[in-house]
Amino acid sequence: MNSYKMNLNRRKFLTNTTAAVGGIGMAFAGVPFIGSWLPSAKAKALGAPVEVDISQIQEGQKITVAWRGQPIFIINRSQENLNMARSVSNEQLRDPNSNESLQPEYARNDVRSIKDNILVLLGLCTHLGCVPLYKPKMGELDSSWKGGFFCPCHGSKFDLSGRVFKGVPAPTNLSIPPHKYVGSSRLIIGEGA
Amino acid sequence: MDKENTLISWVDRRFPLTELWEGHVAKYYAPKNLNFWYYFGALSMVVLVLQIITGIWLTMNYNPSAEGAFDSVEYIMRDVPFGWLLRYMHSTGASFFFIVVYLHMLRAMLYGSYKKPRELVWIIGLLIYLCLMMEAFFGYLLPWGQMSFWGAKVITSLFGAVPFIGDWLMEIIRGDFNVSGVTLNRFFALHVVAIPLILLGLVGAHIIALHEVGSNNPDGVEIKKLKNAEGIPKDGIAFHPYYTSKDAVGLVFFLILFSLVIFYYPTMGGYFLEAPNFDPANALVTPEHIAPVWYFTPFYAILRAVPDKLAGVIAMGVAVVIFFFLPWLDRSKVKSIRYRGPFYRIFLTLFIISFVILGWLGMEVPTPEKTLLAQICSLIYFSFFFLMPIYTTLDKNKPVPERLT
Amino acid sequence: MLKRNILVFLYTILFSSMAFSSGSSLDLDKANVNVKDYASLQRGAKIYMTTCATCHSLKYVRYKEMAQQIEMVDSSGDILVDVVKDGLMYSGGKITDTIISALSKDDGDKWFGKSPPDLSLVARCRGVDWLYTYLRTFYKDDSKIWGVNNITFPDVAMPHVLLNYQGLKSVSEDSSHHVNLKLIQQGSLNEKEFDLMVLDLVNFLSYVGEPHQVERRRLGIYVIFFLSVFLVIVYLMKREYWKDVK
Repeated sequence: MNSYKMNLNRRKFLTNTTAAVGGIGMAFAGVPFIGSWLPSAKAKALGAPVEVDISQIQEGQKITVAWRGQPIFIINRSQENLNMARSVSNEQLRDPNSNESLQPEYARNDVRSIKDNILVLLGLCTHLGCVPLYKPKMGELDSSWKGGFFCPCHGSKFDLSGRVFKGVPAPTNLSIPPHKYVGSSRLIIGEGA
Repeated sequence: MDKENTLISWVDRRFPLTELWEGHVAKYYAPKNLNFWYYFGALSMVVLVLQIITGIWLTMNYNPSAEGAFDSVEYIMRDVPFGWLLRYMHSTGASFFFIVVYLHMLRAMLYGSYKKPRELVWIIGLLIYLCLMMEAFFGYLLPWGQMSFWGAKVITSLFGAVPFIGDWLMEIIRGDFNVSGVTLNRFFALHVVAIPLILLGLVGAHIIALHEVGSNNPDGVEIKKLKNAEGIPKDGIAFHPYYTSKDAVGLVFFLILFSLVIFYYPTMGGYFLEAPNFDPANALVTPEHIAPVWYFTPFYAILRAVPDKLAGVIAMGVAVVIFFFLPWLDRSKVKSIRYRGPFYRIFLTLFIISFVILGWLGMEVPTPEKTLLAQICSLIYFSFFFLMPIYTTLDKNKPVPERLT
Repeated sequence: MLKRNILVFLYTILFSSMAFSSGSSLDLDKANVNVKDYASLQRGAKIYMTTCATCHSLKYVRYKEMAQQIEMVDSSGDILVDVVKDGLMYSGGKITDTIISALSKDDGDKWFGKSPPDLSLVARCRGVDWLYTYLRTFYKDDSKIWGVNNITFPDVAMPHVLLNYQGLKSVSEDSSHHVNLKLIQQGSLNEKEFDLMVLDLVNFLSYVGEPHQVERRRLGIYVIFFLSVFLVIVYLMKREYWKDVK
């Protein structure tokens, strides 16, 4: 009687050990399968930082470059543009201090850029991802318009620093990708300072 | 009506979960004397699952076009994290599938597992084997290497031997005037979707048919003939936990062998991954030596042994199809080789030896001597089947025990 | 019964081992490749980039991953980008680029008759012994366009790019049909030095053929160790349950 009871315990112990070790084995076996879903060397190469020559961008002009398959706006803001951007009152904006939006620390200031004049934005509306239109002229959209971006899909509006207005569907300011300057004419998108 | 309130009882009132579990696992009674030869059925299922899973993962990065296929395989081998491991698991799995299946079939020939009442289990099993051969053939084109291309060219051109409709048949299989990206794309669809689905269905049927009559055993004695008071075969034991635990041991040992190959001998000296296949397919240059992968070589040797193209194709076809008739060619009342007379033992031994020699010959460049040897071995191969009604009737069998030994 | 099983198995193994007897018609020298000798791989990479890459691309290899894998890294494991760019990248480009030769396919066809093939997989296709022998068996042959021929690859369209290192040899066949190579023009290296140089190059090509082979063998140790331990556990469990039987 006693020996049979002990056998049951031994049986349970061995079965549980087998199950546990087997479970660990299965977990390790899963590593190559899940791991293979990580970006491959080719994806990483294609997603590598992009270098842009900014010396030819005219004042007030916006160029668009692709980085990781996404549009990046690079705008050379004139002094007038900067004044217009700074003149937008905080009451009109949903997140004037960029607390909720995505940007590197070095782009978290009143004009959201490293160099005053060059604004680097991820050109995707934070509502549902359409590409907003560049509307830099005073009064272009309506009499109170001080320049900025307008998204044609659902009507979201952003100022000339990419900050989102209240009362539009977009929840946050336009995001800013990591970027840094090399010399005076080269901008690298995808790599932070 | 069961008033139990567990989750399982909730399911059981809507789906025969416990009934299936007990009928096929926990209260399915298998003979207690199953030996080493009985691991290979379960291992075949494991390899099938492995091939499907690694195959799905490879499909996530593979490009089934003539322009992109070869590059995509190298992309998997180099750029995709652990891609190399997925590829080797799949290529090694393909060869191991055939090793395991051939041993599984050999078991049936040793113990008469194809005989009444298991003829249908055997037939379904052979249909699985045919699907497996097609699956391997279609899959081998996918890397789009030199051997892939030229192997496909040779085998699809065999269909040209069919009288009257041969050329049309060749063209409709290839989808083009030559083996091309069109062929590749359709073989991809067949390899990834069509045949795996058919295989899964056939494996299900194979197991259902088996469970209907119960497993055979090394003594060839029907355990259902002697039941105890509860209706359980006296020489039977529940599949779970006895054979589940035993198969677990077999599985882990198998995985060790499998891992040894994957991590240390993935090309297996050029037999599992052939050197010419590391060269992209080139329709204008034939490699020096074209041979099918090792698991097809016995049949390839029979094909080449016959000097006429059409007759060779027919001989090769008969060499495979003849297996279907085994339950009726074997006239012995005795199932297991343990109790058979000397004729069957000798013929089976000769059959196995000739099969292995044919396998070796199929890999070699043909010479007059090797062709003669292939012809002799083919003769032995066919005699095993065609003379079987005679020698199994004349055989002096030993008395078969009532109970298992 | 057991005897029967053993016999069948032995026959199968015995005869299937005959399959490994497919001999090659060519005598190849053995290349003692060691893909864990990172210094050798780096030397081989340099030789490849200076003498081979102008015509032969390695289109499946990226500079960045290659540098990482052959340990061109600093003490914190970051790639020595400048060393790679200055020492190995002669046609500019990004470190994430693949290694493509400057020779176009059309020009290759025109100048050599047959465009120089990509060499990413040559070590897996031809084998390291073949490569090692091939690169050392060029000989003087004035009937050929580049003035050389090759014992291992007769009538090859490739010139003897390592001529300045090995020197030039002439070929002769003696009475027992044994082929002999004799040095008729000195190169900058003696035979032993040249053999080592070629070994570095072949070592590099062997790595290039399968970049993850070192990791593969390393992982295998852990996997097989784990499975062996698991085998013992699962066997003990099986034996315990089977005490019930008979």
